[in-house]
Amino acid sequence: MDINFTPEELAFRDEVRVFLDTKLPKEIASKVKNGQHLSKDDSVRWQKILNEQGWMALHWPKEHGGTGWSPIQKHIFEEECAEYGAPSVLPFGVNMVAPVIIKFGTEEQKQKYLPPILNSDVWWCQGYSEPGAGSDLAGLKTKAVREGDHYVVTGQKTWTTLGQHADWIFCLVRTDPSAKKQEGISFLLIDMKTPGITVRPLITLDGEHEVNEVFFDEVKVPVENLVGEENKGWTCAKYLLTFERTGIAGVGQSKAALKHLKEVARKVQQNGKPLIEDPLFRNRLADVEMELMALEMTNLRTVAAAQAGGVPGAESSFLKIMGTELRQEITDLFRRAAGPYAQPFLPETFDADYDGELVGPDFANTVSAKYFNMRKLSIFGGSNEIQKNIIAKMILGL
Amino acid sequence: MDFKLSDEQRMLEETVGRLVRDGYPFDVREKARTSELGYSAEMWQQFAELGLLGVPFSEDFGGFNGGGPELMVVAEGFGRGLVLEPYLATVVLSGTLINSLGSDAQKEKLISAIVGGELRLALAAYEPEGRYDHTHVAATAEKSGDGYSLTGKKAVVLHGDSADQLVVIARTGGNGTDRDGLSAFIVDANADGVSRRGYETIDGLRAAEITFNGAAAELLGEEGKAIDALEASLALGIVALCAEATGAMEVACDQTLAYIKERQQFGVAIGKFQALQHRMVEMRMELEKARSMTIFAACSLDAPAQVCAKRLAAAKAIIGKSGRKVAEEAIQLHGGMGMMEETAVAHYAKRIVLIDHQLGDLGYHMQQLESLLDVDDDAA
Ligand SMILES: Cc1cc2nc3c(=O)[nH]c(=O)nc-3n(C[C@H](O)[C@H](O)[C@H](O)COP(=O)(O)OP(=O)(O)OC[C@H]3O[C@@H](n4cnc5c(N)ncnc54)[C@H](O)[C@@H]3O)c2cc1C
Ligand SMILES: Cc1cc2nc3c(=O)[nH]c(=O)nc-3n(C[C@H](O)[C@H](O)[C@H](O)COP(=O)(O)OP(=O)(O)OC[C@H]3O[C@@H](n4cnc5c(N)ncnc54)[C@H](O)[C@@H]3O)c2cc1C
Repeated sequence: MDINFTPEELAFRDEVRVFLDTKLPKEIASKVKNGQHLSKDDSVRWQKILNEQGWMALHWPKEHGGTGWSPIQKHIFEEECAEYGAPSVLPFGVNMVAPVIIKFGTEEQKQKYLPPILNSDVWWCQGYSEPGAGSDLAGLKTKAVREGDHYVVTGQKTWTTLGQHADWIFCLVRTDPSAKKQEGISFLLIDMKTPGITVRPLITLDGEHEVNEVFFDEVKVPVENLVGEENKGWTCAKYLLTFERTGIAGVGQSKAALKHLKEVARKVQQNGKPLIEDPLFRNRLADVEMELMALEMTNLRTVAAAQAGGVPGAESSFLKIMGTELRQEITDLFRRAAGPYAQPFLPETFDADYDGELVGPDFANTVSAKYFNMRKLSIFGGSNEIQKNIIAKMILGL
Repeated sequence: MDFKLSDEQRMLEETVGRLVRDGYPFDVREKARTSELGYSAEMWQQFAELGLLGVPFSEDFGGFNGGGPELMVVAEGFGRGLVLEPYLATVVLSGTLINSLGSDAQKEKLISAIVGGELRLALAAYEPEGRYDHTHVAATAEKSGDGYSLTGKKAVVLHGDSADQLVVIARTGGNGTDRDGLSAFIVDANADGVSRRGYETIDGLRAAEITFNGAAAELLGEEGKAIDALEASLALGIVALCAEATGAMEVACDQTLAYIKERQQFGVAIGKFQALQHRMVEMRMELEKARSMTIFAACSLDAPAQVCAKRLAAAKAIIGKSGRKVAEEAIQLHGGMGMMEETAVAHYAKRIVLIDHQLGDLGYHMQQLESLLDVDDDAA
């Protein structure tokens, strides 16, 4: 039993650190750290740097351009990226649709879709949720009717993250309305430029344009865009949802955020003393710190089990719940650190090139928006209640 | 990074597991608990025969040379069985302190006797006014002939009622909460000038209030310099308590899960109700956290002093917080049965909650953690 990294693992970590020190653009890291807006260009620029290094596709097999890393290496890489303030890689292409194509797609599909995903030349979004199908995803109604060599797709997807920038969307559609819920669903790849598609922005409670509604009005989709068999899309969907995600606990993000929070709390003054000396605030910091240690060790135990060949199953549901609750707790403390200056809402100041005057301390302007935005963590990716249902059923046998 | 037990550790785990399974059914434990001694002297001999009393000591004394992970394995198994015997008091707290401070002659005599099951000890460190602060020591010892004469009061000394000898912390210098000037002594528990008021604790163990009035004491180690060794022994104690709690929490979760699958109300097993399912999931989540922190603590004893202190404080605090949740929910999900003395889970709940009152509670350890907030810990 040894909780320390081996010399090889430490050497790998050093390699990652050297890469991040030299290749991560400072202005991008600074935006991440300060919660400022990242543009599409920022994300694409960083992801292309990753690809040049061969470090874009953590979870792909080597023959398709994946890293071939072990679970521990992936873990180290993700931790370090978070620590350095690297933008999170957008998951929709590389970590969502690509593994499905690799597992269920044809040779042609692999050749057509994988290289531009690897090089971030094509931007993907995820078309699963519908107004009537959120947690109960299999209740989706968007229909695809086969007509000769194409499907005709009609319906609506919603909460589509970054759909406004997307070139392609992967969708779950109903191809057999008479079959039982899960059985008549197919997995379709759709070019966003196809006639009949309309994208409408949805503004979230923090004033952001992050999600969209996507409407399909008799959209013609070539049959060769079907992944896997017709009516077997649920298998693809499940594969994608349970797809190994070492980063689900968000330990690196929480560590970086806690570190930043402590810096802030040392600076902010209260009654002539740094806020970090306030007994109540310090107690909550200590609470986050110990919970974060517990999460990190639990995560490492899961990573080590995967390293030993185990398949992380419903255990990752524990990590999702614990990890998201902790990240949300930290945003709450940031809000409290800002005090009365958590109130002003000046979205124009969220841009890194804003050069006007700020209101209140420099960290304070984004904290409330971030706090509200981060409520999403316990809703998407399978809400935390759904995760508890999964554990109750799969692990506890209830 | 590797969380697997070594072959030796796994054998130790199996030994303790078998002992607890075969030798510690609930009714047998109840008989021992309500006996005059409060535990089973025969069981103690079995511990000796199986080599368990030598886990942290060197092979020279017939020991196992174990560290944090080995103690964790043993204590977790004991937690599963709610073991009553004075292992923590004798081996983990007093024994390791003698091992750190004692002369070769003292060790030869005392450690060998511990390992052989012939000597039961208790650590008399904390005082009535000191709560969880082990540096708050008002008891004093003065030179007297070849030895020392010890005077003072010690509070809730775990297994102090039945111990043969006591390891006592007293001042030979300094005052208040000074770290310098603390010395460790061996005192015969039945000597003149020692009076003990023994009692049962609410979780079924035994303890004593002990008053020393000019009792003859034998110094362990250098005068006034016991603090580091004392803290090292308390650290081992914290690892053992975390592990014991984890073992007990595991059983409390298992028993509760079994109960809600079996108990029928409203025509179905109550485990069908989502309100209970989610709470059961939360119990398991707390258990996972407790287990993670126990491993973390057990593997951190050799880390730099402040890093080790920070991790141990966090571990014991998590145990306090998670333990309370598991214990309360275990009772609640058992309904009226959870309130009954005849229900095993109630005893698990009591031990889990009372572990928070030994070697520092949630509040105490969070304060420690707060004082170490700036210590950088690059965990792995
Ligand atoms: C910011 C954001 C980005 C998103 N991005 C995307 C995207 O890119 N693509 C996409 O397809 N979707 C996306 N989603 C949608 C997301 O997957 C859904 O919000 C999620 O599945 C929950 O569905 P819902 O919102 O309809 O809530 P509902 O399913 O209506 O749930 C409402 C509440 O009821 C609870 N609940 C539901 N069922 C149960 C149950 N059986 N037991 C107990 N409690 C239950 C839920 O936990 C929740 O608290 C996004 C959502 C957000 C907020
Ligand atoms: C100290 C004490 C004194 C008492 N005194 C009396 C008395 O004087 N007279 C008398 O008649 N009775 C008395 N009772 C009994 C008491 O009313 C019952 O314990 C209580 O009704 C719960 O029933 P139960 O113990 O069978 O638990 P159960 O009904 O088996 O419940 C077990 C657990 O399941 C939960 N649960 C049950 N059904 C559901 C559901 N549908 N949805 C979600 N959760 C559910 C419960 O909340 C509980 O957590 C006493 C009990 C105690 C502990």
